[in-house]
Amino acid sequence: MSDIQQQREAHWRKTRSLMIIHLSIWFIFSFVVHWFANNLNSISFLDFPLGYYMAAQGSLFAFVIQLFVFVKQQDNIDREFGMAEEDDK
Amino acid sequence: MSLFRMQGDFISNLPKIYGLYTGGFLIFVLLMAVLEQNGVSADTIGILFVSFTIIIYATIGWLSRTMQVDAYYVAGRQVPPVFNGMATAADWMSGASFVAMAGGIYMGGHGYLAFVVGWTGGYVLVAVLMAPYLRKFGCYTVPDFIGTRYGGNFARLLAVLVLVVASFTYVTAQINATGTIAARALQIPFEMGVWFGLVGILLCAMLGGMRAVTWTQVAQYIVLIIAYLVPVFWMSNKQNFGMIPQFSYGDAVARIGELEAALRLGALEAVNAPADFPGLKALSVAHASAGDAWKFVTLAACMMLGTASLPHILMRYFTTRSVRSARNSVAWSLFFIFLLYFTAPALATFTKLQILDPNLATSIIGKSLQDVMALDWVQKWHDVKMLAIVDANGDGIVQLNEFFMRADIVVLATPEIAGLPYVISGLVAAGGMAAAMSTADGLLLAIANALSHDLYYKIIDPKAETRKRLIVARVLLIVIGALGAFVASMKLTGILGAVAWAFCFAMSGLFFPLVLGVWWKRANRAGAIAGMAVGLGVGSWYLYQVKFVGMAPWFELDHLRFGIVGATASLVAMVVVTLMTKAPDAETQAMVDEIRIPKGETVLGASH
Repeated sequence: MSDIQQQREAHWRKTRSLMIIHLSIWFIFSFVVHWFANNLNSISFLDFPLGYYMAAQGSLFAFVIQLFVFVKQQDNIDREFGMAEEDDK
Repeated sequence: MSLFRMQGDFISNLPKIYGLYTGGFLIFVLLMAVLEQNGVSADTIGILFVSFTIIIYATIGWLSRTMQVDAYYVAGRQVPPVFNGMATAADWMSGASFVAMAGGIYMGGHGYLAFVVGWTGGYVLVAVLMAPYLRKFGCYTVPDFIGTRYGGNFARLLAVLVLVVASFTYVTAQINATGTIAARALQIPFEMGVWFGLVGILLCAMLGGMRAVTWTQVAQYIVLIIAYLVPVFWMSNKQNFGMIPQFSYGDAVARIGELEAALRLGALEAVNAPADFPGLKALSVAHASAGDAWKFVTLAACMMLGTASLPHILMRYFTTRSVRSARNSVAWSLFFIFLLYFTAPALATFTKLQILDPNLATSIIGKSLQDVMALDWVQKWHDVKMLAIVDANGDGIVQLNEFFMRADIVVLATPEIAGLPYVISGLVAAGGMAAAMSTADGLLLAIANALSHDLYYKIIDPKAETRKRLIVARVLLIVIGALGAFVASMKLTGILGAVAWAFCFAMSGLFFPLVLGVWWKRANRAGAIAGMAVGLGVGSWYLYQVKFVGMAPWFELDHLRFGIVGATASLVAMVVVTLMTKAPDAETQAMVDEIRIPKGETVLGASH
């Protein structure tokens, strides 16, 4: 019983670290990048001013890629500790 | 014939069914193009587009009718991740996203992109903090989670209250949008358009609940994304920006910058603005200037936290087969939403260029007043008071500060501005209708389900039998829909303002009680009640003070950003009250442990 308890706690610790990592990335692309938009605008990227580009596309790309990676990572954690559901048919 | 013979069950045939549907819709568009070539009038084509698509949605709604509780509330929990992603995207992208967003970027430039960032980044919060855990919980509605996690009818009731306030604010804006589009396409008065839109919405949702809404939303997503992308690709090719305009409009942004300088943007005051039509604006903000960073990040933050608290979005993830597929389907939702959102700035940029660039045949700034007033699209939108031209300096030339337009019409008018055939305008109208209807469906269902399941079944009559529960749910759907249409027909709010308020209400009352319910085992009933009551109370008070009494905003948080004040108050109240009262009992703590792992049975039974 306590063995399962330990597994659960280890699983949750890893889940929580993954949450913190992903929220940090989220924070950077949501707020930090746009806070410096004026400075970034002096840089040109694919012919766009970089600050404008990040708001129109860059951050969006980051979010989409991040989520697909997150899904994979969390699934690996669940499997590692035997906490995953049975596979869909 | 084998193409049409379905083997296996409905779910495994979904790709084939929606593949055929998409093909059928494209053939319909081509047919309309042929009719246009053969001289069928633009009005007829508009009517055909809107009515044909609504009939399809209503048919899907009829075919999905059900009398089973879990099919009605959570679509039988068998929606595959990719399809749930499409349904969520349609649920999510409202009239505001489809109709108003590109218009907002057109007028507001870079600063307005805070909506684009906020409405995508919110899904990171949904996936990481909420959706998988709520799915494991096995609830039918969001208040179902609050009521069971924290225990007690009062907590459940408060959650219902926040849900109703946020979703009702939102749904009036959506019914307003369906009314606007139906009125334009079918040539009927706005008030009639509103009721017409409501009938369409109810046909989709009433008989089949969540199951019907799911499958109509997938169909609506397909229509709205085609309708949004086609005009942009077309314009881009016409202006030689290449096949994939999203990657190559950097030059267009630069060109607008040059033109803005040449046309003395900002140097000319807008004079004699036609004050009797609120909402008409002249261009006054440079397209790519970043503006105030504080305003940008606070608006983005409100939209993100609001996204993660809006019940009609969260409940979409209750319909998947497993926790894994709930998580997966958040990623797909964001992908499908992304397709439209990373196109919106391109659309705004191309439209602006069409109007400003004297090298393009479509431009109007710098042309003679007489020529501009003779243009078809100018006349048409001028007649319905959506744009105005005032020759303030009397030189007979249209200047930047003399052309006034309502941001809401940019998407709808773009095909006409760019001189595309009318069939594209009809397609865009059908797309806007799909966007507004699909969101209104989801919202109405969220409200009616919370009232029928949480208020009626869980609190008032726990012994009610299935049949009675589902009849109550449907009656409530009609009543709330009618109430929404009635409020919408009074035209109290603009589309976008009401939407931003809904996000702020949701985050004020629900964000922290939901997040802490999963991530903080110590959180207890008293804390959650304080969090919801104080959050909603302080948020509403602040909105009222800033918007209607004229209090000076704190830290420049205006009425669109009141959620930050409400959510902060909610967090403080919840943490303080929780720590002052005793920890939840062992049973509740075990329940929280249980939702943190995907494996095993849901906390609430499949049918409850």
